[in-house]
Amino acid sequence: MNFSDDALHKIAESMEPLSQKGVSRRDFMKFCATMAAILALPASFIPKIAEAISGKKPYLVWLEFQDCAGNTEALLRATKPTAAKIILDILSVDYHETIMAPAGHQAEKSLMDVVKNQKGNYLVVVEGSIPMKDGGVYCCISGKSAVDIAKEVCGNALATIAVGTCAAYGGIPAANPNPTGAVGVKEAVPNATVINLPGCPVNVENITACVVHFLTFGSLPNTDKFGRPYFAYGKRIHDNCERRAHFDAGQFVRQWGDEAHRQGWCLYEMGCKGPETFKNCPTVKYNEGTSWPVQAGHGCIGCAEPNFWDTMTPFYRRLPSVPGVSIETTADKVGAGLVAATAAGILIHGIGRALSPKKEEE
Amino acid sequence: MANERNRVYAWEFPIRFTHWINVICIVALSVTGFYVGNPFMYAVSSKQYIMGWMRLIHFIAAYAFLMSMIIRIYWAFMGNKYACYTVWFPFSGKKLGEFFDALKFYLFLSKKPPYTVGHHALAGFTYLIVYLLFVFEIVSGFALYSVNHKGAIWQALGGWLVGIMALPIIRLYHDLVMYVLIAFTLIHVYFSWYSDSREKNGLMLSIFNGYKFITGKESDI
Ligand code: HEM
Ligand code: SF4
Repeated sequence: MNFSDDALHKIAESMEPLSQKGVSRRDFMKFCATMAAILALPASFIPKIAEAISGKKPYLVWLEFQDCAGNTEALLRATKPTAAKIILDILSVDYHETIMAPAGHQAEKSLMDVVKNQKGNYLVVVEGSIPMKDGGVYCCISGKSAVDIAKEVCGNALATIAVGTCAAYGGIPAANPNPTGAVGVKEAVPNATVINLPGCPVNVENITACVVHFLTFGSLPNTDKFGRPYFAYGKRIHDNCERRAHFDAGQFVRQWGDEAHRQGWCLYEMGCKGPETFKNCPTVKYNEGTSWPVQAGHGCIGCAEPNFWDTMTPFYRRLPSVPGVSIETTADKVGAGLVAATAAGILIHGIGRALSPKKEEE
Repeated sequence: MANERNRVYAWEFPIRFTHWINVICIVALSVTGFYVGNPFMYAVSSKQYIMGWMRLIHFIAAYAFLMSMIIRIYWAFMGNKYACYTVWFPFSGKKLGEFFDALKFYLFLSKKPPYTVGHHALAGFTYLIVYLLFVFEIVSGFALYSVNHKGAIWQALGGWLVGIMALPIIRLYHDLVMYVLIAFTLIHVYFSWYSDSREKNGLMLSIFNGYKFITGKESDI
């Protein structure tokens, strides 16, 4: 990369606070370049990003409702410390139940301080779904229901990032029959500015890229009709999958562990939902680009799509079950049965005709 | 006079044309669609392109099928009275009577065949259902197509369905309706032959040359 003197100067300046914390210039540049790549920005934006992320520190609170803390895990389990360091450094994380030091009333106070003092100025990350049934009693923190907390905290925020499928669309708690009436943040707090980053868990790079976009441009990235940013959810997994050539050729795994599976052929017939799922998993991957399900030999389960637990199951079959018949019956069996019944009907009709008395000919 | 046989021009060229285009397209779409659903042939080398070709043929046939549908609907407004869209809606009192008469004839409950030049009420209603299934296949097909073809045209043709229905559910019904259409085809060919052989009305030939035979005058029916 070739940068102008001015750009280099800016980068050097923005590096200063980080280099004091042991983040090397190389790591920092790599981070900025990765962010530009994820956001599909040209390299000329790298200095701009470097400048933006080392300038202001937005206040951020992280709320957990009906969740498994998987997204928090994804954030904290970064294998190399630098990325996490940078993320935590560009944000001022003021409340995060899993990692904060204060507890009890003290913790509540730090949350309310942000809400009061930074009204309309802070970011919220929400993890987990919000139960709405029976006045929201199924998830309460310090005597307040999740929905009331969300209304207060997200309603007064500059923007809310709903991470993971539960926070975005209700996810697993919202799976049929949805006993707690779980919904995503946007549904619980319709007036909040929400960006959805579904996935089970979210890719940390996508959260960071959202924040970086926000810091660089002062706005949240553009979203599709499900409220997901195009940079991460604009392309279908199937269209970026490393096994796609095997799909087009007609080379499919038919059984776990068969020769085709060992050869790394396409997992379509094993129920891969890559053709129905939009996310940048094939390029961003997980655990800092180590791997992702299809690379590891398991089909995509469509975890980033709304209602995936109801619409993407059975996970190991290509199509959902036909409503009204037993789950073991596939669409093809139902179809074949229909055609066979029709053929039988015609046969019976033909026999009936042959047996019925001939009509008097004119 | 009443028993005089008359030759009537029932099916105009666009009707016969779209009929045979539909036949070709549905066969092509069903064979290739079945492969997409159940890849029964396996490639031995990565250089092959079996799924690729199947999908390409599916999409070409899909466009041809769409065009055929458009011509047919246009002709429902421009063509003769046998092609008119009103035959698909046999809901008037007289037509409902004809509907049940035809049903009785096919179920051996009556020996009196439905006597019309074009479609009788039961057939007209069946074609309404079939055309609705065609429209569903086209809309759901373009919905599946729109996931990696982002233009406004594909949005309008089917992309809008994504979100109302989840993609796997769209695939499921796109797949199931194929079997319904195969079942329809069996019934359709059988009863065409049945009606032809019972009524000697030239039905099987009429879809090739357009002419049907009736007893009496066209204006009497
Ligand atoms: C008579 C009409 C049609 C029949 C019988 C038919 C049949 C099928 C079948 C059985 C499948 C496999 C579904 C599955 O099991 O996942 C399929 C897939 C598909 N069809 Fe059709 N189809 C028809 C019309 C159309 C039309 C008009 C389009 C419009 C573009 C279309 C586009 C598609 C697409 C995009 C797929 C998915 C291909 C893929 O994911 O690779 N189909 N079709
Ligand atoms: S493994 Fe899944 S996503 Fe990849 S090409 Fe096959 S079906 Fe598509």
